[in-house]
This record gives sequence, structure tokens and C-alpha cells, in this order.
Amino acid sequence: MIVARGLRKRFGAVEVLRGLDLRMARGRVTAIVGPNGAGKTTFIKSVLGLTRPDGGTLTFDGVAIGNDDAYRARIGYMPQIARFPEHLTGAELLDLLRDLRGGGAVTERLAEPLGLESELRKKLRVLSGGTRQKVNAVAAFLFSPELYVLDEPTAGLDPVSSGILKARIVSERALGHTVLLTSHIMSEIDELADDVIYLADGRVRYAGALTDLKGAMGHMNLERAIAELMRREAAA
Amino acid sequence: MNAEGAFGVLPLPHQAAERSLPVRSTTVVLKVARYQARDVLRSRWLTLYGIFFLAVTEGLLRFAGGDARTILSLANIVLYVVPLVTLVFATVYLYNAREFTELLLAQPVSRRRLFFGLYLGLSGPLVVALLIGVSAPFAAHGFDEPAQRAMLAALLGAGAALTMIFTAVAFCIALWCDDRLKGLGVAIGVWMLCAVVYDGLVMAMVAAFADYPLERAMLALTLANPIDLARVALLLQLDVSALMGYTGAVFQQFLGGSIGTLVAAGALSLWVVVPVALGVRAFRNKDF
Repeated sequence: MIVARGLRKRFGAVEVLRGLDLRMARGRVTAIVGPNGAGKTTFIKSVLGLTRPDGGTLTFDGVAIGNDDAYRARIGYMPQIARFPEHLTGAELLDLLRDLRGGGAVTERLAEPLGLESELRKKLRVLSGGTRQKVNAVAAFLFSPELYVLDEPTAGLDPVSSGILKARIVSERALGHTVLLTSHIMSEIDELADDVIYLADGRVRYAGALTDLKGAMGHMNLERAIAELMRREAAA
Repeated sequence: MNAEGAFGVLPLPHQAAERSLPVRSTTVVLKVARYQARDVLRSRWLTLYGIFFLAVTEGLLRFAGGDARTILSLANIVLYVVPLVTLVFATVYLYNAREFTELLLAQPVSRRRLFFGLYLGLSGPLVVALLIGVSAPFAAHGFDEPAQRAMLAALLGAGAALTMIFTAVAFCIALWCDDRLKGLGVAIGVWMLCAVVYDGLVMAMVAAFADYPLERAMLALTLANPIDLARVALLLQLDVSALMGYTGAVFQQFLGGSIGTLVAAGALSLWVVVPVALGVRAFRNKDF
């Protein structure tokens, strides 16, 4: 679904992406992991067209991501930081997103299980960080798009909400939708991901099925497998 | 499993629905502007801004009467306060809205349309607060002379133009500087330059080059500063040469009252267009 070849991006003196190559398969959950500053967020923002790479190619369903904006109707994005206009209510925020997408195909199945319905009537300013993150999740899952891009989706959520969100990710996958997610919580990736892409220094160091990674590293625990991967990387 | 570019992949049902509903460009601009304006209008700072003009205008009308001098005093306040508040309020607002802007950019809308939506949604409420704050006391006191009305209209027009200009400048600043403290510093610096340093510069030039013909240089200098342009346009309209200062006098001498007003108003409109164009360019090319 997403193919990157030789993707490069430099911010001033810092080279964030240094020839990134990867393929993301349709209908699977792909987790991007790696140390801070590895280029995870920059890659995600490139997929969304928020950041323009300096070199290389990036395609969505075979079409280069460039100046056409229509492809973003097929993506649901959950940013890492849930910060919204302070004086709007959650419901107004969702209305705006619906309006911008032309209204159609609304599936707001997440607000009710998250217990958010009464909170949506309040101004976003008075909501707690965790509640804002729930609004963030509802916004991303509003349209049942083909691709979900979730940047640290469960950060700041309580265990119950986090569980609901994870169940939702699993059911979206069952519908044939594709998920790209980043997380620092290895157990969560273990639970959700089919494929793992390990980024370090702006390059892909490992890409493959989660089970293959565990096998190759000789650890059935993902956290240990990743730690082993990082250790081997450092030694190489 | 790997289905990139596969032709056999059936579009999901909702896809067809979404594509059959193209959102027209003006609609996107208005939709974004509407929600943005709603957010800004509910801000406490905006209310305070409106109340400030309400209090100042009411005070002047009550204690100085409703003649030309009142409008002149009011003009002096508007010309300095509007750019300052617009720059600071808009710059801070835009830095706070950074994450929200990214969320909007991740939607299927063009950056150009989004920019105009955000721009109108931010400048609009600032203009509304100014218009209501200044004109409500006039309406309450009742003023019927057409000349007075024209003066008030000119004042409100100049204030609205300055709001549009400096909101666009704030967009440029927020897009060019990623560091918000630096951006706020630049915003205040721009105001100092236009409102304070500029007058000193004019005085210094007049004093230093008193023996040379300075008219053209002064005209150019006026055109380069939107606050001075607005001031000259207003004073030409009010026809009070004594208060026009050096640049204003040059304007009147060279272009005459009515043509001078037109030129100043035209240049002021150009001043809206240039920072807006720069802002659109910066917004389209920015890496968020």
C-alpha cells in the first residue's frame, strides 16, 4: 500500500531520513519502532504530505504522494499530541472534520464505548489530557478509511480506553483496513502488529513479520527481541 | 499479502461515496473560517479587545464630544493599538494552533484553501471586535452629520485594513520561525519598527538631509510602512493638514487631497495582498 524508496529528508544540519526503503502491505498492521529521533514521525508526516522529502520516492497505492490532496480522504490520522482549538467543543471539532470530508461515510462507533458522549459537549480546553486523547482517537476513526496512521495512539489513555482502542484496531484490520502505528509500548505492538519495521538513524534496519523477528533474535518476548536487535545494530 | 498497485483490489464501499462528494474550494475556505472564527470569538482576549475600544470610544465621546478632534484622537489610538494587538494575538494563536493545523493538513484539502480559511477565521473576528467596539458608542450617542459618518467609516476602513495586513504578517512570522519565543519577539519587533522606530527615522532623515529635496524619499518611506499609510490616508480624508506630519504633507502636496487618499488606500490594499501572498507561499512550502 505504501512504498518508500531511498527517502531522504534533512532539517537544517540534521539528516532525519537517510535513504529509507520500505513496503507496507495492505490489510496488515505495521508497527514502526526505533529510538527517539530515528525518523518515525518524519516518515509518518511524509505519508500524510505534511513534510516533503528531499529525495527518493514515496507512493500510496502506486501513486506518488505529491500535490494531489484527494488521497488523504483514504487516511485517518491520529497525531501524537492531542491539542485542539481551546474554545471549540469536541463535537464541533468532529463536525469540522466531517464537513471537510464532505460528510459521507460517518462511523462514529468509538465515542460511545469510550464514554465520551457527554464530554464532547464541553469545550476542549476544560478536558483532561487523557480525554483529549480520546477525542483524538474518535477523530481518527470517524471515517472508516483504508489506512489508519496512528502516532502513539494509546499514550495517556487509561487501561480501559486503551483496550477499547486496541480492540478497534483489531476489528479494522479484520475489515481489511491497513494500520500504520508507532508505539513505545512493546507489549502493545506484540498484541497488534503483523509486521515490524525497525528504524534507526533514518534508515530501515529491520523489516518483516513480527514472528520472524522474534525467531531471528531468539526471543519470544518482543521487548527482548528488539533489545537484541538494537544490541546487534550497535555491535555492527 | 502485498497488494500495492494491484488492479484487482475492489474499492471499499465508502470510498465511492467519498469521491462522489467533491468539496468545492470556496466551501472549504468558508468551513474552516467558520469554525476558526467561532473559536477566536469565544476567546477572552478578543472580548477584552472589543471592550477596550468600546471604553475608549465611549470615554472620548463623553468627555470630548463627537467632533473631528474626537475621531482624530481615536484614530491615533486605533493606528497603534490595532497593529500591536493583531500581531501579538495572531502570532500566539497560530503557535498554539500548530497541532490543530497539522490535523487539518492531514485532511483531503489543499493547503491554499486551508490557509485562506484560517486567515479569514482569524482576521475576521479581530475586525468584528474593532468595528463593534468603535461604532457601538457612536450609534448610542447618535450622530447624523454625513461628514462625521464618512470620517468614522474611513477610520474603521483603515483599522480593518491594518488588521488584515498584520494578521497576514503574523502568519508569515509563525510560519518562518519555528521557535515561538523568537516569533513573538519578531512580532513585537515589527510593531516597534512600524510604530516607533519609523517616526524617529523620518525625523532623523529630515534633520540630516534638510538641504536636499526629500519628497520622493518620504513618499517611498510612507509606502513602506502600512501604519503611516493608514495614518496619511485618514488624515487626508479628515483634511487636517496641521496634524499630517512630514510624510502626510508631502502626500498632500504631491498628490492632492482626493488623489492622495486614493493612492494611500490603494497602497494599503496592496499591503494586504503582499503578506497574504507570502503567507500562502510559506504555508504551501512548509514542512510541518
